Amino acid sequence: MIAILALLLVCQLAGEILARSLALPMPGPVVGLILLAMVLLAWVQRRPDLKGTLLDKVTTFLVGGLGLLFVPTGVGVVQQLGLLGDYGVGIVLTLIISAVLTMLATVGAFLLVKRWTGKRP
Amino acid sequence: MNDPFALWVYLSSTPLLWLTVTLCVWVGADWLALKSGRNPLVNPVLLSILAVGAVLLATGTPYARYFEGAQFVHFLLGPAIVAIAVPLVTNRRIVMENLLPLLGALLAGSVTAIVSVVLLGRLFGLPPDVLLAMVPKSVTAGVAMGIAEQIGGSPSLTAVLVVLTGVIGAVLVTPIMNALKITDYAARGFSVGLASHGIGTARAFAVDPVAGTFAGIAMGLNAVLTSVLAPVLASWLV
Repeated sequence: MIAILALLLVCQLAGEILARSLALPMPGPVVGLILLAMVLLAWVQRRPDLKGTLLDKVTTFLVGGLGLLFVPTGVGVVQQLGLLGDYGVGIVLTLIISAVLTMLATVGAFLLVKRWTGKRP
Repeated sequence: MNDPFALWVYLSSTPLLWLTVTLCVWVGADWLALKSGRNPLVNPVLLSILAVGAVLLATGTPYARYFEGAQFVHFLLGPAIVAIAVPLVTNRRIVMENLLPLLGALLAGSVTAIVSVVLLGRLFGLPPDVLLAMVPKSVTAGVAMGIAEQIGGSPSLTAVLVVLTGVIGAVLVTPIMNALKITDYAARGFSVGLASHGIGTARAFAVDPVAGTFAGIAMGLNAVLTSVLAPVLASWLV
């Protein structure tokens, strides 16, 4: 359990160091994700099944609890009540319509490219 | 006799109290979400923010003091992003099968997220500083705040807009995809992860593991692409 948390932190730290020192456009944790994925890809060559391992359980727990991790940031809304009073309706409508358009564009492009590439495998 | 006010003054200044409040409120909100059969409208993130926010306002607690306790939860955002490598590798076969659709969807979605929010915001008469803070709203919190700083928006406003966007996508994705009769869970997950980062990803994992994996990939890739696109598009649009 602690070893796995340490592994995640080592990957994040290495990602942070790489991202900063090479001035990558990517955030540190994303670089850490790529590093861990490369380590795991090498690992599964020898032991193919990650499912059911402690690593799988701990990370499923973390990723499944992602929502909680956004609560402290979201509570910051109490600092923005003045702005929301002035522009709240416009902001919320903008975000709702933009989120719908973004999801439609994404899912549409996904399915279109899948259809095009599916015909010629 | 103990003075309850003195006790409150002491406790409300410790990280212990606000960390405990955050976790307990979350447990309650998640229980409600579970009881509702994971109804998308009963979103645990939204419920928790409303409840904790109400407590802070009622007790006159400044956000900075609350955050001293809540930062221990907030800190885990980074390791949780790294952890997405695990479902990514476990599902590597289906990811490779969908590589081209995934890249096409990433480009279409990332550009739509940035351009649509600026154009709509202008349509609704929002001032330029709010527009700038909105540009990275589909990107996960820490990264979005960095992008906002870079393009001249307020990071603390961006953080709130990011969470709002996350909740909106998590609430709307299931009804929209069901109405469109889209049954490809890779495509569904990817779209909510792109539009609504980690909160959308949490929703996707609650629905289907493949959807969750694709949502996580979309969140990671969109963080990268938006970091590149936002400075260019923002100077052009705002």
